[in-house]
Amino acid sequence: MGAQLRVYKRRIRSVTATKKITKAMEMISASRIVKAQRAVAASTPYADELTRAVTAVATRSNAKHPLTTENPSAKRAAVLLITADRGLAGGYSTNAIKAAQTLTERLRGEGKDVVTYIIGRKGVSYYTFRNLAVEASWTGFSDKPTYGDAKTVSAGLIEAFTAETGGVDELHLVSTEFVSMLTQNAVEARLLPLKLDEVQLSDQTPAKAEIFPLYDFEPSAEGVLDALLPRYVESRIYNALLQSAASEHAARRRAMKSATDNAGELIKSLTRLANSARQAEITQEISEIVGGANALADASRGSE
Amino acid sequence: MAELHVELVAADRKVWSGAATIVVARTASGDTGIMPGHTPVLSVLETGPVTIRTVDGGTVIAAVHGGFISFADNKLSLLAEIAELADEIDVARAERALEKAKSDLDEHAERRAEVRLFAARGLKAHA
Repeated sequence: MGAQLRVYKRRIRSVTATKKITKAMEMISASRIVKAQRAVAASTPYADELTRAVTAVATRSNAKHPLTTENPSAKRAAVLLITADRGLAGGYSTNAIKAAQTLTERLRGEGKDVVTYIIGRKGVSYYTFRNLAVEASWTGFSDKPTYGDAKTVSAGLIEAFTAETGGVDELHLVSTEFVSMLTQNAVEARLLPLKLDEVQLSDQTPAKAEIFPLYDFEPSAEGVLDALLPRYVESRIYNALLQSAASEHAARRRAMKSATDNAGELIKSLTRLANSARQAEITQEISEIVGGANALADASRGSE
Repeated sequence: MAELHVELVAADRKVWSGAATIVVARTASGDTGIMPGHTPVLSVLETGPVTIRTVDGGTVIAAVHGGFISFADNKLSLLAEIAELADEIDVARAERALEKAKSDLDEHAERRAEVRLFAARGLKAHA
C-alpha cells in the first residue's frame, strides 16, 4: 500500500471514531432534553401556586417587605449568570455570557457597581481567565439541577440583598430560556426587588388578573410574606436552572448533530480521495509493468 | 357529603391531588384542621405530618418540610419544599437520619427525621 493511501486510511479511521463519539453524545443529549423538559413541567404547579399566593398577599394587604421595596438610589447590582459545566454545547454558554456582559455594561452605564455570581464551570473559567471579579460561584449541577441547589444559590443571594452594609440593591438573573428543541434564548430578568405587578403565571398571564378571596393570614400578612418571598425567589431560580439545563442539552444535541454530519461529509470526501489514490497507484503499477515488458521485448528484439 | 379539592405540591413534582373531607396540617399557630367551607386562609406550614381524609374513607399521610397552606373556594393547596407520602418513606433511612441528627445535635434534621418516621408509622397504624 502506498504512503498516500495509508495516510487517507488512517484519517478515515480516526474520523469514524470521532463520529461514533459525537453520535453517542447527540443521542444522550436528546434523551436528556426530554427528561429536563419533564422536570420543568413538574415544577410548574409549585411555581404557579406560589405565584398566586405571593400575589394574593400583596394585593390583600399593605405589607411592606424589604424584598419588594425599591431603593431609589441603587448603587450596587448583582448579576447571577447561569452557564454550563461542560463544553461541546455550541454557543450555549457564550450566548449567556454575552448577555451578562451587555447587562453589566448597561448597569455600569446607570452608575451602579456590578457584582457577578456565576453558576457553571464555563462561566467561571471565562471570568477567571480574563481576571474579572466573581463574587461567588457554584458548579457541578448545571445539567441536572435539584431544588436543593437552587436553595443554596438563592440563600447566598438573598443574604447579599438583605445585608445591612455592603449588600446589593438589585438582583438580576441571566439564564437561557428553552423555547423549543431548536430555539433557546439568553434572557435577563430582574429578580429583586420584586415588581409584584409584573409577576406572571407559567402561561404568561399576569397573576394580578385573578380576583383573590379575603384570606385570613396566619400568623400575619407580614409573617406570611416573610416566609413566601424567599421561597418565591428560590422557585424562580430553580425554574431558571431547569430551563437552562434543558437549553444546554438542546444546544449540545444540535452541536453534536452538526459535528456528526460534518464527520460523515469528511469521511465521504476522504474515501473519494483514498479511492483515487488507490487507483493512481494501480495505474502506475500497470504502466510500470507494461513499460518494463516493452523494454524487455525491445531488448530481446534488438539481440536477435 | 361536602368535599374539598386538595393539591399537595412539592417544589419538583405534584405529590397528591384529589378530593377529601378534612385535612389536618401543622401551621405556625398549631395544628389546623380544614373542612369544606372553611374561611379563606393562607398560612405558613411547619415541618410536620399532613393528614388527608379522602372521600372514600381512606387516609393519606405525608411528611412536609416547610411550606404554605392556602384555602379558598373549596380548593386547598399545600405547597412544600419537600413532601413525601408516607408509603414512599424509607423507614430504615429515616431511622438512620434520626440517629445521625441526634449525634450531630442538629435539631432541624432531627425534627425532619422524626416527622418522616411518624408519618410512615401513622400509615401502618391505620392500615
